[in-house]
Order: sequence, then structure tokens, then C-alpha cells
Amino acid sequence: MKFARIRPACIAALLVTASGAQAGTPSSHADLLWLDRVTYGVDSASLAHFESAGRERFLDEQLAARDERLPPAVQAQIDAMPISHQSIADDIATLAAARDKLKSSDDAPAKVEQRKTLRKQGVALALQAQERELLRAVYSPAQLKEQMVWFWLNHFNVFDRKGPEAWLDADYAETAIRPHALGNFRDLVMATLTHPAMLVYLDNARNSAKQHNENYARELMELHTLGVNAGYTQNDVQEMVRILTGVGVALNPRMPHMRPALQAKYVRRDGFEFDPRRHDFGDKVLLGHTIHGSGFDEVRQAVDLLVAQPACAQFVSHEIATYFVSDDPPAPLVDAMAQTFQRTHGDIRSVLRTMFDAPEFAASLGKKFKDPMHYLVASVRLAYDGRAAPDPRRLVAWLNQQGEGEFAHQTPDGYPLVASAWNSSGQMSARFELARAIGVGDVQLFGGVAMPTAPQLSGPLFAQAIEPWLSQPTLAALNKAQSPAEWNTYLLAAPESNYR
Amino acid sequence: MQRRQFLATLATLPAAGIAGRLFAAPASAPRFLLVFLRGGYDCANLLVPYASAFYYESRPSIAIARPDSSAGGALRLDSDWALAPAVREALEPLYAKKQLAFVPFAGTPNLSRSHFETQDDIEHGLPENGHADRSGFLARLSGTLNASAAPIAFTQSLPLSFQGGGDVPNISLARVGKAAFDQRQSAIIAGMYQGTALAQPVAEGLALRQQVAGEFAGEMMKASRGAVSAYGFTQQAPRIAQMMRDKYRLGFIDVGGWDTHVGEGGAQGALANNLGNLARGLTAFAQAMEDGWKDTTVVVVSEFGRTFRENGNKGTDHGHGSVYWVLGGNINGGRVAGEQVRVTQESLLQNRDFPVLNDYRSLLGGVFAKLWGLNAAQSAKIFPQAKPADLRLV
Repeated sequence: MKFARIRPACIAALLVTASGAQAGTPSSHADLLWLDRVTYGVDSASLAHFESAGRERFLDEQLAARDERLPPAVQAQIDAMPISHQSIADDIATLAAARDKLKSSDDAPAKVEQRKTLRKQGVALALQAQERELLRAVYSPAQLKEQMVWFWLNHFNVFDRKGPEAWLDADYAETAIRPHALGNFRDLVMATLTHPAMLVYLDNARNSAKQHNENYARELMELHTLGVNAGYTQNDVQEMVRILTGVGVALNPRMPHMRPALQAKYVRRDGFEFDPRRHDFGDKVLLGHTIHGSGFDEVRQAVDLLVAQPACAQFVSHEIATYFVSDDPPAPLVDAMAQTFQRTHGDIRSVLRTMFDAPEFAASLGKKFKDPMHYLVASVRLAYDGRAAPDPRRLVAWLNQQGEGEFAHQTPDGYPLVASAWNSSGQMSARFELARAIGVGDVQLFGGVAMPTAPQLSGPLFAQAIEPWLSQPTLAALNKAQSPAEWNTYLLAAPESNYR
Repeated sequence: MQRRQFLATLATLPAAGIAGRLFAAPASAPRFLLVFLRGGYDCANLLVPYASAFYYESRPSIAIARPDSSAGGALRLDSDWALAPAVREALEPLYAKKQLAFVPFAGTPNLSRSHFETQDDIEHGLPENGHADRSGFLARLSGTLNASAAPIAFTQSLPLSFQGGGDVPNISLARVGKAAFDQRQSAIIAGMYQGTALAQPVAEGLALRQQVAGEFAGEMMKASRGAVSAYGFTQQAPRIAQMMRDKYRLGFIDVGGWDTHVGEGGAQGALANNLGNLARGLTAFAQAMEDGWKDTTVVVVSEFGRTFRENGNKGTDHGHGSVYWVLGGNINGGRVAGEQVRVTQESLLQNRDFPVLNDYRSLLGGVFAKLWGLNAAQSAKIFPQAKPADLRLV
């Protein structure tokens, strides 16, 4: 409705100097909703690229994560983080040395001090991991990949306040999740299964032939691959426990000594180890298939078997569709995705393409309530539009205040993906307070970079991508704003900003 | 939404909270607060089975000494049980006034010993054999009471207990600073949601935030002089009382920090500190309820108890039976209630932890039935297939 477009409110009009002067073909409302869903939320760069590339090429590029270049200032922030230079083997060696020192020392006050120092180091590392994830979510052009990284970190949840987890989670995100976020699901399962962060979090590091711990085995089936009530039995869980015996963390920097026959079966890589001395070499029967006792290869066979189950294809497809399409995704859509999953042996990119191409996806646009992560990242993208990074510690604090912090969900089920978990009255008012915090801006956020007190949400991007489709009540609210900060707040608080 | 309309919403809260709930309850109608201790608190170091030699054998480094052994020690409640010293000062007066009772061997049949499964299980309050309904029991209670419920959760997100029963407001009182929005701004934001699915929670959330900021304006001034820390249950309890005294009748709050696997302590230490804070908070709540206390019942629950024996790290691991607390100006307390068994190694469940002899659904069902005079059909709606137990607490 180009000609009927309502002029911005009086204050907005003062700010929107470039309004109406924007070149380029205006996208349709459907295009913008589509872009808002495929990305965390529209910004000028993504909109410009979308308008030149068109939907098809844009999606191809997103599925390929073709461009992951961050703005130089943001990249520099990440490069300056110690987690960008430490290997997990170093971290485990540091922890092991510290533990040995604690064990051998009798000096109680010194031990207290040492524990405190260790804890502080862990907290600092965990904070960097959270900052890095949030900076990439806001600034990476590979927006679909970033959403899938979040999705898999949530699906294969770990919790940074359990034991030494704080030391392991940055590497977990970087090496177990990121490389496979748009890749193959089986690889993703194996990468998480062989990462110390998961093995510590779900206690498989304590699972041995002599002393079973079924925590991880159960969640591997219930939460990671098959889903609850997917036809497996308690007996299957127990067989999975036996298969996973000896799968653990290499705490000692030196290779252990063992009989040559066993030594050949020992596996070790980046803090992960398979210790044949702790493994149960008997035969197992999993989901009706016999897996002969052979060592770590049993684990590979078992994961192949789990991932090949139709229940796994259904379970994972349903969860992806819940995240991207609807709280209650239509069965035909999930079936189509599950078929693609099975046909491609778990190729995540193909499953996503099936979903994006489906009519159910198009029909769902604009109707999915944003969880706090989507809300925060979309709002910051809109408010700062690619400009210099807000203090990432503030981003982390904001997300924690909304109850969806990274690596902060204690239980292995991950954060819920449906609206009802996030839209209670208390959560809505807390969200509006976040809208205000972003809308008001804060000079202190921007170390060394001169910024106006309030970010200018009412610029050309607003005029081109948002304003034409705002509802009458939202426009009326914007019209009542008494300051730019208030105007920003109303825009971010509007229903249109809370759905994707 | 016009400002006048928004103010009207504010004024009628919580009467406008749930469609159909148009009339406020009479002033003397019962009030109920559920306090959920998340993490499984170690009940054997609150309600000490001091007559059991096995208790002292099982806890060489964390047991609490027998009540007669020292001044300022545990408080003898009867021939079997004593109350931990950490809570004595706060709770002894309530107990003496018969406004406090304990129910040992309380809990759920769920034996997973998993925090999240057992917590969910309790909050659903449904029979073990599976049930199509996935709502929480406080939501069903609220629905049953309809006009006289006026429910609220004093938590950041809506707890499972209150889910699935229409819009129940929630707000954390941990921080009650100045509201981000004044009434004009709140009305403008709420106006954008009028006629949408979120109209109710948005208006209610904004109004509640205003109301809370208004209610606690005096306290904030104190806080700004650096006198009061706004954190912790002890600080929140009087605020909760103020809200429940004035407007709400069915409340929920959770308190964390009970998962004491390591270094739990005994008469003093980590658990004793937590219990002391909880006890002082509950006492402050009782006082701040003023006249309303005589119509108020508080039940304190936890997902499970802990192992009866201490572990290798001077802590305790996940167990089963717990001790629930029942408090109120109108209760028949001053005693240890419910079915009990002598505490010996033989009476432990799986040689590990307390058995459950007082099912939480029967226990709470009995309290609710008495408080609100519910009939069998109403009780069955709240806790299907559970028989309300009459422990003569209310």
C-alpha cells in the first residue's frame, strides 16, 4: 500500500531524514517475514543482500553458510578472548595439574585460595563462551547457521555450572557443534558423544564395566536421538550403557600403560578417550540387533543404528519444525522432513530445505512467538544495524535476565521451544523492560565508540522494512512517543517485534 | 487502550485476572501459599530423629546433637523428633502457638530420584499411571475455586504447578525497583496488544509491575540507603505477604539451593544457613500477614529427601521421603503429624532413604478439601484418583 503509507509520528519524522529516499525495489510483506524467519531478524545488510540475490539464492547461501565474516571490530573482540587460543587439551591439563596440587597439599587456607582462583578462571572462560556465541548470533551474515548452532547447543544441552564444565563448553560449541550445525546428524551425535563436555555433564566419564552410570545412555536415546516412548525398553538403555562403558575423558596428559592387546583398542583425541580397561567386551543386543564386543567400534555401530531409526528422523524433524515453524508443527510437514532425513541419512541441510520449501512454512510466517534469544538478537540487530558491538557482557546479562542464558540450562532437556514457556505476564513485562534498555541505549556500552544516547531505530531500515506493515494500534502507540528512546521502546515492545 | 482503561485494569487486579472471575472473595476466605524447595532438601537435618542411634551411626560428621546435650541446641518436639538449632529461634514461637506442624515421610511415589522428573511430577500432581491432562495442580485448584482463587506465582516464569489453567500472573519479587514504565507508557504498550492473544498477560504483567513498585516504594527508599539487600527469600517473604494480604489468595514461590552433595554441614554450615533463612522468611511472612495470618495456610514441600547416610564428601545424595512443613494462623499444629515409622536401618527404603508413607497428593488434597470445603468430585479434579487424607491439620 505504497500510496496509503502512513507517515511516521512527529518525532520519528524528525529522525527519519532518509525516509522515502531509499533506493531499491521494496520487498513484499511476505518477503520480509520470510527474511525475519530465515535470519534472527532483518538488518540493513541482510535486506540489501536479499533484495539483490532473491529468495532462492539467499537460501542457498544460508544453507551453505557461505559468508561467515564478522565485522572487523567484532572479530577483533573474539580474537582477543583467551578461549580463542586455548585448546581443550591445555584446559584439561591445567585442571588435572591443579587437582594434583590440591590433592598433595595439606595447607588448608592455600587450598581454599586455589579453589577460588580455579573457580574464577572457570567463570571467566564460561562468560567468554557466552559472549562469543551472542556476538556471532548478532553479527554473522550466516544467520541460519547461527540459529542452528543455538538449536543444537540446546538439543545437546550442557550446563556450565556442573563440575569443570565451564572449562569445556567453549570448545564444545566450537568443535562439536559448529562444524556440524548444517551437516550430518550422525556426525553431530558422534561429535557430542566424544566431547568431554557432554561426557562430564551426563556422567558417562564415570561409566565403566564395573560401575555403570546410565545417565548419558538414557538421554542419548530419549533426548538426543529417538525421543521418549519411541519403542525402546529399559533393557535397551542398559545395553547402551554397556556399549558406552570406557567412553570418557582423558584426564592424564600421559598415555596410560596397558597390555598390548588392549593398547591397540585405546582411543584418544583432544581430551576424549576410550579406555578398553573400563569397557565391557561382551556382546550386546540393542533394538534387536546384536553388536559384538569389539571396543569403540561398538559405539559407532550403536549410533548408526539409533540414527537410522524412523523414530529418530521423526523426533529430530519434529523438533526442528517446532523451532522454525510452529509450536505444534503440522504432521505432513514433519513427515516430509523425516522422509528427507531418512533418504539423506540425516543430512541437516536437506531437511531444512524440505522445511523451507513446504507450503506449511510459508503459511506459518509471522506467527511464531520469539523466545528470548530470538527476541534479544533480533532487537539488537535492528537497533544497531551492524554497527560497532555493544559490550557483549551486557548482551549476556540481558539474555540471562530473560531466563534463557547460554550454557545455563541445568537439565539435559534444553530450553522449551514453545510460546507458553516464555509469554507469561511476568515474562512479558520483563521483556518490555529489555525493550526499554535497548531502546534507551547506553553510552557506556560502546567502549571508545561515540554513539548517540538512543539508537536510531526509526531510520531507513524502519521505513523500508517495518513501517509499511505495522498495525494501526502500533502506529498509534509510536505516535504517542515523547522521545526517541520512548519511540524505540514502543517499536521493540510491539507485537510485530515479538513474533517472527 | 486508554490510560483510564488501563488504570481500571490496575485497580481491579486480580479480579480481572481470569475471565469469569469477576467478584473478589470475602475478606475471611482462605489463603494458601505453596513453598517449593527445589533441589531436595535434607529433611533429616531439619527434623532430627534424635531417638535413633542409627541416625548418629549414619552421619558421623553431619549429625545434629541430641536436644538435651547443649544450650542453644536442637529443640525437642516429641519423643522421636527434634528441630534443628538453625531454625529454633525463628520457629519455636510458631510451634508453641500450634501454628506449625511437620509431616515426615512425605512425598511422591516417583522413585526416579531425578530432580527434574520428580519436580515436574509433583507440580503436575497427577496419578503415576499417566493421565491425558498435563496441567498443574494449583491451576486445577484455581479453576475449581474460580472466583475466590486470585492466584499468583512469585517467580520469574510461570511454574508448572500453575500452567494449563488460564492466565495466572507471575512476578518475581526478588527485585522490586522502580517500574520501567509509568502508567501512561504502560497503557500505550498494553494498547498495542488489545485484541491479540497476549492482551491479558501483557496488561496484567505491566499492571502488576506498577502495583509492586507502588506497594514497595517505601521499602525501596530504605534500600536505596543501602540498608536492605533485596535478594533471598528472607527479603521477599514480607513482600509476598503484603501482596497476599491485599489482593491474592493462592500463591507459589520456589526457593533453590538445597542440593547438598558436598559439605552440607550439621548444626552449622551450608544447609543450616539455608534453613535458617527459610525459617526467618516464613516467620516474617506470618508477621507481615497481620490479621490475614489467621486465614492463611503455608505448605513447604521439596521433590525428595536425601540419602539417610552421609556420603564420602560430608554431604548427602538424592533420596526419597521428605518432611513437609505446614504453617498457618488457623492450623492444628504444634506436633509431628501423619503416618510414621521408627527410624532404623530396616525402615529405610532400599537401605538408602526415607520411605514415603504420606503421599503428597492425599496430604495436599486433604488440606485443600478442609480449607475450602471441597466435595469429592472437586477434590478428584485437583488430584485425580487420590483420596484426600485428613491429618487434622486444618
